[in-house]
Amino acid sequence: MTREPHLHRDGTWVGASVPRREDPRLLTGRGRFVDDIRLPGMLHAAFVRSTEAHARIASVDLSAVREVPGVVAAFSAADLGLHDIVALLDRPLHEFVPTAMPVLAKDKVRFVGEPIAIVVARDPYAAEDGREAAVVEYEPLPPITSDSAALAEGAALVHEEAPRNTLVDVSLFATEGIDEVFAAAHTVVEVRARTGRQNALPLETRGAVAEWDDRDEQLRVHTCTQVPHQVRTVLAASAGLDEKEVRVIVPDMGGGFGLKCVVGREEIATAAAALRLRKPVKWIEDRSEALTASFLAREQRYTVRAAFDADGRIQALDADVVCDMGAYSCYPFTAGIEPLMASAEMPGVYKVPAYRVRGRAVTTNKAPTAPYRGVSRPQYVMVMERVMEKAARALGIDPVELRRRNVITEFPYRGVNDVTYDPGSYKESLDLCEQVLRDEGWFDRRGSDPAIGIGFACFSERTGYGSGAFAQRKMAVVPGFDVSEIRMDLDGTVSVTTGTLSHGQSHETTMAQIVADRLGIPYDKVKIVQGDTDRVLYGWGSFASRSITIGGSAAAASAEKLGERLRVIAAHLMDVDVESTELDGAGGVRAGDRRLSFTEIAEVAYLRSHLLPKDVEPGLSATASFDVGGDGTFSNATHAAVVRLDPGTGGVEILRYVCVEDCGVAINPKVVEGQARGGIAQGIAGALFEEVRYDDAGQPLAASFMEYKVPTAAEIPDVRIEHLETPCAFTANGAKGAGEGGTIGAPAAVLNAVNDALRHTGVELDDTPIPREAIFRALERAAEPALEAR
Amino acid sequence: MIQLIELTVNGERHDLVVEPRRTLVDVLRHDLGLTGTHVGCEHGVCGACTVLVDGAPVRACLVFAVQCEKTDIRTVESLADADGTLSDLQQSFADHHGLQCGFCTPGMLMLAEGFLAEEPDATKEEIRDVVAANLCRCTGYQTIVEAVDACARRRRAARQEVLGRSAS
Repeated sequence: MTREPHLHRDGTWVGASVPRREDPRLLTGRGRFVDDIRLPGMLHAAFVRSTEAHARIASVDLSAVREVPGVVAAFSAADLGLHDIVALLDRPLHEFVPTAMPVLAKDKVRFVGEPIAIVVARDPYAAEDGREAAVVEYEPLPPITSDSAALAEGAALVHEEAPRNTLVDVSLFATEGIDEVFAAAHTVVEVRARTGRQNALPLETRGAVAEWDDRDEQLRVHTCTQVPHQVRTVLAASAGLDEKEVRVIVPDMGGGFGLKCVVGREEIATAAAALRLRKPVKWIEDRSEALTASFLAREQRYTVRAAFDADGRIQALDADVVCDMGAYSCYPFTAGIEPLMASAEMPGVYKVPAYRVRGRAVTTNKAPTAPYRGVSRPQYVMVMERVMEKAARALGIDPVELRRRNVITEFPYRGVNDVTYDPGSYKESLDLCEQVLRDEGWFDRRGSDPAIGIGFACFSERTGYGSGAFAQRKMAVVPGFDVSEIRMDLDGTVSVTTGTLSHGQSHETTMAQIVADRLGIPYDKVKIVQGDTDRVLYGWGSFASRSITIGGSAAAASAEKLGERLRVIAAHLMDVDVESTELDGAGGVRAGDRRLSFTEIAEVAYLRSHLLPKDVEPGLSATASFDVGGDGTFSNATHAAVVRLDPGTGGVEILRYVCVEDCGVAINPKVVEGQARGGIAQGIAGALFEEVRYDDAGQPLAASFMEYKVPTAAEIPDVRIEHLETPCAFTANGAKGAGEGGTIGAPAAVLNAVNDALRHTGVELDDTPIPREAIFRALERAAEPALEAR
Repeated sequence: MIQLIELTVNGERHDLVVEPRRTLVDVLRHDLGLTGTHVGCEHGVCGACTVLVDGAPVRACLVFAVQCEKTDIRTVESLADADGTLSDLQQSFADHHGLQCGFCTPGMLMLAEGFLAEEPDATKEEIRDVVAANLCRCTGYQTIVEAVDACARRRRAARQEVLGRSAS
């Protein structure tokens, strides 16, 4: 059966849920993921990892490793002599303390699972045999396993250069007179919340295949990363190579969610081993390593006060945020990623006139952190939404009505956090979400069933961070722009590069839709080229919902430039003014009733270049870049969860989930809905199930899926999605980012719903994952008087 | 220690020399080059490595290749036609956006294929229960359940049509 893709009603590719270009290969098992790559003579690596949370390394003895059958080599830090990975902020020492992350641990280990040596063998089984034979002697140091222990007077130091184990400490905004506002306020509510440490958990673990190529004089590294150019830069610097001597190639990727948008140590060590041995080396992380020794996220503690007037209008917000960033600062974002995001954006969708925040990153003896889908926003949105619920209860105002009184309704809005919000549909999304629940009868059901609770989350999400926004964060390495190079070949088909990197988000489809519209050709005539540092100009990869907003805009700009070039050549060939020509939307350039097809123009550009205008170079290519100068563009949404609590187990059943989202113009609505649903599933996971815990000795307690509960189809509900559309004024097609919103709203909606269902108990819960036992106890205590009354 | 074994995969016979400790999934992927079957956890929870052994879904990371002699093993590579035309189940996944990164997809397909062969009349809720056997980190599962359910409905309709024709 052939399926003709349908154009959008406007005759464009953008806006249509066209079939994904990625699907056929992925459905038939013909995708190529990093572990699918097999090179002649390839060896396999495994890592000797620390069994101690915090210790000096007295000695590393690999002699027995090298005797294990099948083992080819084993290297410690001293053997490889690699430079450390250092991520920097452009901030003074009292705000940011730079620390180094060695590729392999040198004098000290800082978490259980930290790589100490790399073992290379003829097959992965032998490599694992080999690592068992390593002998590492430790001199244990006191493990630091919580933010409070890290900050305690006289605590052992994870990094000697960081007093009080504090890597980032910023105090921002501090509106004048804020203390007086609190003192005079009608109502002050307080939220103290802790959020659990999570693993972003791409189903494909990390991995790399590296080889030295004598013909190209290059170290070629196939690795599943969201940021190939950043891996190239760090690898070249670490191994002492020129950047031209390193080529990073990204195959198909089984998800990333941020965990793969930082530079890891293992891929550098694997590449260094391949360089040393002059043989291909593969390393594939196993699940236990992925859970304990990759990058984690989200362990934060909030102490927040908010002042309200008698009508429920927020007057001031005072926040203290402490993020447990684990053992190291990640490249390129640093340990500032979470506290700086929370501090900069916390007021969110609400008109907060006075704001003060202190944000800190502390270092502990746990696996380090990386950005994870949403970065701090799932946490601070949850806290802000708890603030709103508590204020509503304290003032006796309906919680949705209270939000309605506080959300930003006039745009552009200049926030107290020095951020300008572009237009969104905050109130409209709130109204529609409430209406959907009302129409479906959920408020009635809540009225007749005390175990049912309804929770809302109203939020916006800054997407399309340009260099301006990252510079404001004072990153020393400032991401932002993206560049596309476009080329039309002889037959009129097009290849366009992007510095972004799709790893499940469907860019091979959506970016092709964007480019196809610009040139008036079918989207399957557009090939997207990504993830290869030799084929793609320097780019920043995919994170922070930047791909369609920034990468898509760069691709669109390159296509427009190519379109102009086609018109210039066509005008010359038809002997008319360029102004009288236009792309005809059907693969040609027309001027009045005359027309030249792209293939006819391409034939001249390549095969009869003597016919080109004098000032036009042969060939058909163009390069264009895009950046966001201002504060980015804000997607927004309102989520609502309806839950029922089980008094027998404390379990939470999600009966209904509604998401009203606005990401501007959706390039491919089916893809946007997929992003929302998947994001919501991850948000629910954080609200109810997932946490990486450590014991007091710093031993991770989740080393397999038996201890780390990833929700399945049995726990994740169907989601009703409604779209609103407030186009962005400055991105191609008016698109806003759509990758993270689902994850941001879900924890708040679920937590508020659970609290609503606990409304008869007098108990309020503010931590996630929501402890099931606390729900059970609350329901049990609430039931007791009723029992006695019998 | 090594062992000589004979495996039948997607109807093709292979003679292999393997260590007894070598898992079926490693043999499929690395010895036979059938890399469509993926490895997600190596402890039998995520189901990315699900293949059919004698028609039943099996975690290929939890069985040794030497245990699978004299069985009929089927992997995701067996689903589409030789010319690349997708099977009805694969097409249903595409139509419903039942995959994003595609890493869990081969396991989900083989799980559903095995289940629907056994329970062609499964309800959507029964399908959801079975999909809950495997992990997906991208989709939130809804579209996977819908894809499998839609495929099951179409197969039932086709079967009814055949029955109707033979009755008349």
